[in-house]
Order: sequence, then structure tokens, then C-alpha cells
Amino acid sequence: MSLFALIAETARSMVGVPSYAAYRAHMAEHHPDAAPMDQVAFFRDRQQARYGGKGGGRCC
Amino acid sequence: MIGWGALALLGATALGVVATTRGEHVNALWIVTAALCTYFIAYRFYGRFIATKVLGIDPGRPTPAVRRADGLDYVATDRRVLFGHHFAAIAGAGPLVGPVLAAQMGYLPGTLWILAGVVLAGAVQDFCVLFISMRRDGRSLGELVRMEMGVVPGIIALIGAFAIMVIILAVLALIVVRALAESPWGLFTVTMTIPLAILMGCYTRWLRPGRVGEVSVLGIIGLLAAIVLGGQVAASSWAPFFTLTPVQLCFALIGYGAVAALLPVWLLLAPRDYLSTFLKIGAIVALALGIAIMAPPLRMPALTPFIHGGGPVWSGTLFPFLFITIACGAVSGFHALIASGTTPKLIASEGDAPFIGYGAMLAESFVAIMALVGASILDPGLYFAMNSPAAIVGVTPDSAAAAVTAMGFPIDAATLVQTARDVGEHTVISRTGGAPTLAVAMAEIFSHVVGGPAMKAFWYHFAILFEALFILTAVDAGTRAGRFMLQDLLGLVSPRFRDGEAWGPGLVATFLCVGAWGFFLYQGVTDPLGGVNTLWPLFGISNQMLAAVALVLATVVLFRMKRARYAWVTTLPAAWLVACTGTAGFQKLFHPDPAIGFLAHASKFGAALAEGRVLAPAKSLDQMARVVMNDRIDAGLCALFLGVVAAIVIYGIRACIAANAVSTPTVTETPMTEAVA
Repeated sequence: MSLFALIAETARSMVGVPSYAAYRAHMAEHHPDAAPMDQVAFFRDRQQARYGGKGGGRCC
Repeated sequence: MIGWGALALLGATALGVVATTRGEHVNALWIVTAALCTYFIAYRFYGRFIATKVLGIDPGRPTPAVRRADGLDYVATDRRVLFGHHFAAIAGAGPLVGPVLAAQMGYLPGTLWILAGVVLAGAVQDFCVLFISMRRDGRSLGELVRMEMGVVPGIIALIGAFAIMVIILAVLALIVVRALAESPWGLFTVTMTIPLAILMGCYTRWLRPGRVGEVSVLGIIGLLAAIVLGGQVAASSWAPFFTLTPVQLCFALIGYGAVAALLPVWLLLAPRDYLSTFLKIGAIVALALGIAIMAPPLRMPALTPFIHGGGPVWSGTLFPFLFITIACGAVSGFHALIASGTTPKLIASEGDAPFIGYGAMLAESFVAIMALVGASILDPGLYFAMNSPAAIVGVTPDSAAAAVTAMGFPIDAATLVQTARDVGEHTVISRTGGAPTLAVAMAEIFSHVVGGPAMKAFWYHFAILFEALFILTAVDAGTRAGRFMLQDLLGLVSPRFRDGEAWGPGLVATFLCVGAWGFFLYQGVTDPLGGVNTLWPLFGISNQMLAAVALVLATVVLFRMKRARYAWVTTLPAAWLVACTGTAGFQKLFHPDPAIGFLAHASKFGAALAEGRVLAPAKSLDQMARVVMNDRIDAGLCALFLGVVAAIVIYGIRACIAANAVSTPTVTETPMTEAVA
């Protein structure tokens, strides 16, 4: 990973946006028959997962 | 090995300078050096010892991210990326505020506790909980306690976690109120973040979905513009609209909390989280660079007379109250919730766990050290004028200067007036809560590096904005998390509450949650002693209580793994925390001095009330009755915390004895051989 890519991915990870490339790679490898979410759907799904439910804990 | 020896020598020298110099100003870089050396050595030796010997980390064992990989929640993540994720989740306002308050005893006690606490307790707790959760599919703290200790302790831990959430939200909101009351510049700037975040939310929803980096850059430009504009608003005829009293701000915050927690997450919460996270990381890095460049001397003495009690910022003696005042930064129970949250589902290999669990906590501790340095580079007279309640120092520069000088920290009224003018505020007197003090210190450091004295007001409001922004994010996210915790708990009684999606139970739980922290916030805001005095110790006790619960869990797990010979690693810090929270809780309840004991305070005011007398600072019999009721509620809460700790300790000892009686391991880890999904 280049330094810029590393920083960008770390920054996204800090606000709970995981790697879309990693998701596509996983889907291609394990579920080649299923249609993966597109990037926008993926983003919204992860946003809801981070803030909408029980995972919203953050420290004092 | 020679390198490590040299590092140890450097660290020991720096610590020696910090600990023994008296009567002249020590440079802040000595503390920074001592801290960094301590961290590196602790990570290399103690962290590795815990990983290999105590826990038996096995890099070959598949982690949840590998076994249950789904590309969404369970993703094997680069350790450097995950470090950032974990650090951003654990670093909040706690490590910034606690050390500032603790500076009333001088810089030395706080420094030593932050360093010893993080190495032996805080980082150990984070690492152990991360390990335990990682071996159990990333389950949460409540579930882990239930699995390893039983159903009843699991429920007790959930109740404890909810209570701590309420107190955290109340005390954080109180800090915002104290920082923004009567400050049109600060309030305007912070208010502007709401429309700004909503614009950002719409941008990421419809215009350019998912472009987080882009929208964050735009947002931060907007924030800086809001700071500049705020200065002009404060100087204009609009200023009265943004000048609110603490009570008005309190109700505004309660209303905001209720509405914000019910809005869709993409509209307000998510975009503001982007802003607050990046601003937080940026400000922390800038502060570290600023301290390194400026190399300021510490003007606070190493020790003040208040180590024996009687301090104006918070009551009580060094033991046990210092150890609950600095919670985050040394050891924070709240991290047990984070370390059993998203992080264990993202670890690529067990070998990464020490770096994430132990390492990120060391980084958070460094934030606490910087906050302590910030508070200690200020003129101690200014520090006490800012952090003492108005009931002690009055509200005018003359009264404050006289009162603080009488404490033994000479300062003149003109300096107080000039400081307020420099940072663009009406007054700096009795701006309690820690945030304004840190903001003055950051303005001092940043303006030294960029902009000079003319930029001080800008940097002060930048610092206030940075603190207020992530506190508001925490209030919003915490209210949502508290709502789900409450629904889980109410679901034990009435299963209808379990439904996370249903509208009615969600609304009820949200209002209950806001009502709970709102009550303590209102109590703190109307408390004549400033509220920080009462709420911060309660927060510290609850946070350290949760840490004790997590360390007891770790001890039980070690016993059940048949690794009891290493159990001292978790037992010693657990025992220390039980001793601190136990003593502090007991003193808060039963101490005969009304300044410390809730019940003594209640009976003093109750007796006066019965005779129809009004005791200062109450102004009417109504207020007298309220003081008594508040005291009793605080006492009840304190008793609840003590009960939680006692129950968990008893259950923990029973579980350890039971595990000892069996000759084979009894832990319930996910088996290594379970079919790979």
C-alpha cells in the first residue's frame, strides 16, 4: 500500500467506512453468484451499521 | 539490546528530573521524554510478556475476521489502519479533561499516575478485553461476562454500563455548557456546525455519495470560516442572541440531544462525526508538534498543598481522588466496550493484538500527558482563577485575584482581564470544566508557533470548537447507544422493548435516556459549586468501576484457561481499582466533611431546612430542598456503583474458585477447529 493510500484508508476507517475493494474481493471469492452492493449502497449500509445500531459506542 | 538500555537510561533520567526538581521551572519536554521512553519500554517488554506468556497469543489461530469474513463487519484489516480505527474510537474528551482537573495537585502526581496506570492497568485492560473478545467471535463485554461468569453478573455489568453512559453524557454536556455559557463567539461557532453538518449530510447522501474525504475538507473549511465569523458576530449587535446563561444552554442541549438522536444518522450524526474525528486527530497531532517546537516551561509547581485535600477544583485528598479524577489516559473502563466492539472483528491476526490493544492505549495516554502539560504551562494563578467555582472566587477580576492570591498563587486582576481580552472572551474567571483551561493553553502553544498574539483568540475558539464538537458527537451517539442498552435491559422485563426497529419503544427509551442524563446535567448546571465538583468524581468512580469489572473478567478467564500463575497481571490492577473506587465511593457517601460526603451535605442542608434557614449558596427554601434531593440521588448512584463492583468481585472470586477445582481449562472460546465459513 502506498503511503497516501494507507493514510486515506486509515482516515476512512477512523469514521467507520471500510474498504469497498476488500468487500468486492470477498464477494468475488466467496459468493461469485450473488450480486454485490454497488459503492453507494455499500456506503449507506455501512453508515447505518456504524451509527444506527448498537455499534455506535465511542469513548468519553 | 544496547538501544533499549539507552532508552531506559534516558527515560529514567527524564523521570528523575521531573520528579526531583523543585523551585525552578522544569521544561515540559522532560515529561514528554519520560513518557515516550516509558511507553516504548512498556510496549516492548511488558506488552510482549502479556502476549506470549500470559495470554498465549497464537498468530496461527484464525481470528473472527478470517473465520467469519463477510466483507462488511468481519474484515481482516491492515494493522496500521486498524490502529487508527481503534485509537479514534477510544480517544475522546476524557483524557483531555481529567488531567487538567488533576493539575490542582501539581503536575507530578498526575504524571506518575498516568504513566504507571497506563502501563500496569489501562493498556493491560484494553489488551485483555480485546483478546477475550477476539477469541469469542468479537462478542460484547456484557455477553463476555455472561459467558464466563454467569447470567446475573452479565446483567449487573449491563446495568453498570448504562449508568456510566448516563453519567458520561451528563458530565460531557456540562463541560460544553461551562465552555459556551456567556460566550457568543464560542456558541455561534458551535451552533454553526449543525447547519454545516446537515449540508455535508445532504452532499454525501445525494450529491456525491460516499465521498467522505471530499466532504470533510469542505466541512473543515466551513468550520474555520465559522470561527472567523464568530469573532465578528460576538463584536456585533447580534451578540445577545448567542449569549446564553448556563440554564438556557442546558435546556438547549437536552432538546438538541433528544432531536439529534431521532434524526436519520446520515443527516447530522455521520457528517459531524467526520468533522469531529478529523479535527480531533489533527488537533492532537498539532498539539504534540506545538509542544515540541515551543518547549514551554512548567509554571505549575510539582506539588501543591491541595494534595492533602481542600482544593477548589475538586474535593478530597490525593488518595483516592486523584486516581478517579484521571480515568481516561491512565485506565478507562469505557475502553472495554470499544475493545469488545468493532475492533476484534477487524483484526487480521492474533499477532496484531498487542499493537492494537496495548499500543493504542499508550497513544491515548500520551494525549493525557499533553493535556497535563497544557494545564501546567499556564500561570498557576490563572489556572486556579479559571477552575475554581464562583462560590469561592466570586465573579469579578478583583475578587478572583484576591481569592487566588490568598490560596498562595499570586496573580493580579489586570492579568485576568488581559487574558480574557487576548482570547476574545468577556471573562476567564470560574470557567470550570477543564475545556476552557485547555483551550487557553492550546491558544498559548499554537499562537507561539503560528500567528503570534494576534491569533490567540482564533486559536482559543478553535480549541473550544474542537472540544465541543466531539463532545456533541459523543452526546448524540451516546444517547443512541444508551437507548439500545436501555431497550435490552427493559426487554428483560417486557420483551416488547427488545424490538430495535419499532418506533414506540425506541422513542420511549430515547426520552428516558435523555431524561436521565438531562437530570444530572441540570443538577450540575444549577449546582452553585459548579457541578464539575460533584459530577466528575461520580464519572471517575463509574469509569474505574467498569475497568475493575473488565479486569475481574480477564482474571476469571485466565483462571479458566489454567493460566492462574499469571493472574497477578490482571488481579493487581483490579485490586488497585477496587481499592480506589471503593474508598472514593465510601468517602463520597459517608465522609463527615460536607464538601466531600453526599450524606453529610444532605443532613447539613436538611437540618437547616427543617429550621427554615437558607444556607449559602442556596437562595430559597425551594433550592434548599432541591440540594437535599440531589445529594440523596447522587448518594444512591454512588451506592449503586459500589454494589456493582462488590457483586462482580464476589462472582469473580467464585468463578475463579470453581475454575481452580477443575483440572482442565473451562473457557468457552470459539474452537480453533470450527469449520471455516
